[in-house]
Amino acid sequence: MYLTKEEELILAGEYGYALQKAMEILVALGEIYGADRLIPIKSAQIAGVSYKNIGDAGIEFLRDFANAGAKVSVYTTLNPAGIGDDEFMEKQMKVLELYRKMGIEATSTCTPYYGANLPKFGDHLAWSESSAVSFANSILGARTNREGGPSSLAAAIVGKTPNYGLHLDENRKATVIISVEANVRTFVDYAALGYHLGKTLGNDVPYIKGLKPEMTEYLKEMGAAIAASGSIALYHVEGETPEYRGAITEKLETITIENSDIRAVKEQFADDWSEIDMILIGCPHTSLAEVKEIAELLSMRGRPLKIPLFITASRAVKALADSLGYTEIIERYNGRIIPDICFVVSPIKGWYKGVATNSGKSAFYFRSFGFKVRLDDEENLINEAP
Amino acid sequence: MKLKGRKIVGGEAKGELIVSQKPLSFLGGVDPETGIVTDAESDIRGQSIAGKILAFPRGKGSTVGSYVIYALKKNGKAPKAIIVGEAETIVATGAIIAGIPMVDGIDVSKLKSGQRVRVKAEEGLIEVEE
Repeated sequence: MYLTKEEELILAGEYGYALQKAMEILVALGEIYGADRLIPIKSAQIAGVSYKNIGDAGIEFLRDFANAGAKVSVYTTLNPAGIGDDEFMEKQMKVLELYRKMGIEATSTCTPYYGANLPKFGDHLAWSESSAVSFANSILGARTNREGGPSSLAAAIVGKTPNYGLHLDENRKATVIISVEANVRTFVDYAALGYHLGKTLGNDVPYIKGLKPEMTEYLKEMGAAIAASGSIALYHVEGETPEYRGAITEKLETITIENSDIRAVKEQFADDWSEIDMILIGCPHTSLAEVKEIAELLSMRGRPLKIPLFITASRAVKALADSLGYTEIIERYNGRIIPDICFVVSPIKGWYKGVATNSGKSAFYFRSFGFKVRLDDEENLINEAP
Repeated sequence: MKLKGRKIVGGEAKGELIVSQKPLSFLGGVDPETGIVTDAESDIRGQSIAGKILAFPRGKGSTVGSYVIYALKKNGKAPKAIIVGEAETIVATGAIIAGIPMVDGIDVSKLKSGQRVRVKAEEGLIEVEE
């Protein structure tokens, strides 16, 4: 891989230990994946935030790295934190403090694009968090590989990333056509479709035909589910996403999606209300429009929920919901908006045993943690819940 | 026997091999306090990788695994060198931040636990004593 004179100096340690280690990571990844050079990035999004995930090993590394003077050189935001008991929260606060010390905006959301960190078409990024990677690549047309926590941190510090994978035009072309003949209309239909595609496809770039999403949020949800049950970081939707024109450059296999495929996913996650003790909306974190819809559904229901409703969102969206009055309505009906955290990365086993959600990604993870799961549209959840 | 691969992290090491023929997850798969492999699916489960030359086909699992490799080093339980068939992000990043010599591009099915080896990572070279 070609390195500039300055990059060589960083690698030789002329700018200190932290930059040297960060550069070593980028160069090694560049060599492994055949990059020709490093390219500048516009922003970074860093995973490895919840103490449940990174543990004491992660804290130790972050402390050593921060103490060695590690500082980010591009605008950098963080993934959601976890929520737990007092001991957990103390460690969690420590993690956030260490990231802050490196110059990172401790926003803690999987939807940085609803606030602090909004890329534009063609921007090169180093993002981790699979749902945000999918959103940036597919819906915005920015370019990022599916980074891990340490590699996105290294890129944030150097301000560059190796030029391979989804940074290159040729790897953004479709590899399979998905013809949706099923009736995919609601949020949960998109969640179920995403879950099915993630399970079915390999390391593909799907070109999806036959979708007319009413809201961008439906695609956000589909992409999150695809990335959770599989590993796809980019898809195209005909007539909808910015790179669909020119995405097909050769003859491709077509896979047809029938109503039975969508139904099969929903039937897997149909545990009875008697086994459900909380409702979770906001995986990925909700937009303001989603919060508004929940507030309206609760008002129409007209009586408080008997089990708690948790809505996870970025602090930016929560602040808007507060000032527009939606938070107050939601709290009146036994709901809460919890900012900047994620239940999937929280040690909540034992607190609850069954979750009802409209998210395919949540359904996937909570089932794998041994929870009962009911997957349905937000309208049905609010109307049918005890 | 000499095997030629590619340098991922430079350095030299000599010692006893511990070889897994299955992909290895460090997060949840190796105890950072003891260096003992805990991954239920591993063929070297219950054995320690501390102070040995560790060979396996490739890494798998969470990217947090990089931090586990770093913790092993801090706790004095890290392998002296890492040999893999195919390097990927998790193990390569872990070896770099922990400063553990690492070579990839080696057919690990030719290696056996208990063999004495010398790793010359700079040249991507593995020398197995007969």
